[in-house]
Amino acid sequence: MPDVSWRFVSILLANGVLVGSMYALVALGFVLIYKATDAINFAQGEFVMFGGFLAAATADMAGLPWWAGVLAAICGMIALAFCLERVVLRPLLGRPIIAVIMATIGLASVLRGTAVLAFGTGVQSISLPVGSSPFHLGPLVLPPIEIVGAGVSLVFLAAFAWFFLKSRLGVAMRAVADSQQVAMAMGINVRRYFALAWALGGVVSALGGVLWGAMLAVDNQLALVGLKVFPVIILGGLDSILGAVVGGLVVGVAENLSAGFLDPLVGGGTKDFVPFVLMIAVLMVRPEGMFGRRRIERV
Amino acid sequence: MLSGERRAEVCQAGEVQLDVGGVAKHFGGVRAVETISLAVNRGEILSIIGPNGAGKTSFLNMVSGFYRPDRGTIRFEEREIAGMRPSKIAALGIARTFQNIALFGGMTVLDNIMLGRHVRMKSGVLSSFLYWGFAQREEIAHRARVEEVISFLDLEDLRKEQTSALAFGLRKKVELARALALDPKLLLLDEPMGGMNQEEKEDMARSILEVNEEWGTTIILIEHDMAVVMDISERVVVFDHGRKIAEGSPAAVARDAEVIRAYLGTARSREGLAA
Repeated sequence: MPDVSWRFVSILLANGVLVGSMYALVALGFVLIYKATDAINFAQGEFVMFGGFLAAATADMAGLPWWAGVLAAICGMIALAFCLERVVLRPLLGRPIIAVIMATIGLASVLRGTAVLAFGTGVQSISLPVGSSPFHLGPLVLPPIEIVGAGVSLVFLAAFAWFFLKSRLGVAMRAVADSQQVAMAMGINVRRYFALAWALGGVVSALGGVLWGAMLAVDNQLALVGLKVFPVIILGGLDSILGAVVGGLVVGVAENLSAGFLDPLVGGGTKDFVPFVLMIAVLMVRPEGMFGRRRIERV
Repeated sequence: MLSGERRAEVCQAGEVQLDVGGVAKHFGGVRAVETISLAVNRGEILSIIGPNGAGKTSFLNMVSGFYRPDRGTIRFEEREIAGMRPSKIAALGIARTFQNIALFGGMTVLDNIMLGRHVRMKSGVLSSFLYWGFAQREEIAHRARVEEVISFLDLEDLRKEQTSALAFGLRKKVELARALALDPKLLLLDEPMGGMNQEEKEDMARSILEVNEEWGTTIILIEHDMAVVMDISERVVVFDHGRKIAEGSPAAVARDAEVIRAYLGTARSREGLAA
């Protein structure tokens, strides 16, 4: 039996919360696109990976400072998301949702292949100006990159929540999400808001790529972060920003607790599947997630 | 209130604002609109009546840009709009409401009405990010106009209410307010009184007349309640099987034999109508 001290639990919890907010950031990209365009983007993880590659390539390989890498990742991902929306997703407007899903799954493979072609198969790193010696806060010992990651994530989550709830653009975007037809009758140019949603998704992916890349290193495996997005959004609800935050925190904490308590019992590995067990459980009990909109359809 | 007949005379000299020439719309084998021509004068209230499936809503959908007509022309203020994007048409000054209430869920009444104002705001997606202050100032100016609409329709107490929490009649009214916030020159109302009780119907009829009088907005409405139609319209057109079968003052249309056959059916309903 592992040592169940208060300190051990609090370290696991704190780690879970920090990592969880970084999951929430990546999930936010997914939620943004789903809310505005009803498209489920299965390439979210690949977006993150691409953002990480762009940052690493600009900063480490070209020898530019770290902020140039971040900037390049953000600009590059906005451009990429913008182009993909126009070339791949716009022609699918109004098609069955399965067509969009298939397109984004295909897109994921294309992006993974392109990343290897463009950036090679080697492992690259992103070095942010964050120290590597652990940060001591009372009884807690926390890696500084996690603190920075969580901080950046929370700032952006708050900014996007404000954007959606208060700003005119955000309100218009919610209108588009609610009913494209009615939004058009209000003179809202729906296509422009689709492009905006994808561009914002690109920004979030770039940040996610930089943060996760700095924490884990940048290679093909970085796309796996995208897999964790599914338990996060299923837990929280596909179309809720608050849901993405809470879902992210739950997944982060669950992961850490299982790593701390279950892994020693079975010899490891539970960390990777516990979030999915949670996801399946939630799907059985409350398929729309904790904060998702319950859809009532008249037949 | 002016009687329908008198107001028709007042507007007779009015110029044609919307000129629809021989539009048709088929969906596979279904001929939703066979061929319809219709001229609407600036500032009039025109009702479209007809049995279910007569092509009334399809007609509105073509005018507001949701359907691209297979044939024909639609000219609004001397400009061809057939097949134009709905958001473009809205920007030209054609607003509409929907048969089923189509308010945006999860938003307040104020947010909904402000969205109607969206098209009048100059700052676009990019510029709102770049010139934050400009977008803010602009929003305040538009808010003032929205307040006018709100007080015009007596919605002051409901600003912060969630639309889903409102009674049916009020939701229809908010939808009207949202359409008015566009500052429309032409307002298309698809069954604005559908599903309302008598009191709500009278209230809505009053609002429609006031909008028309106060702002000179041209109004085309689809309505099934004949009493309302007879009461507020200057002109009535009758659609049946995707064609226009009659047009004229309410009284003349009510007397038209073909209308009675197609729409009202039996001699008994004719008596009911005259009563």
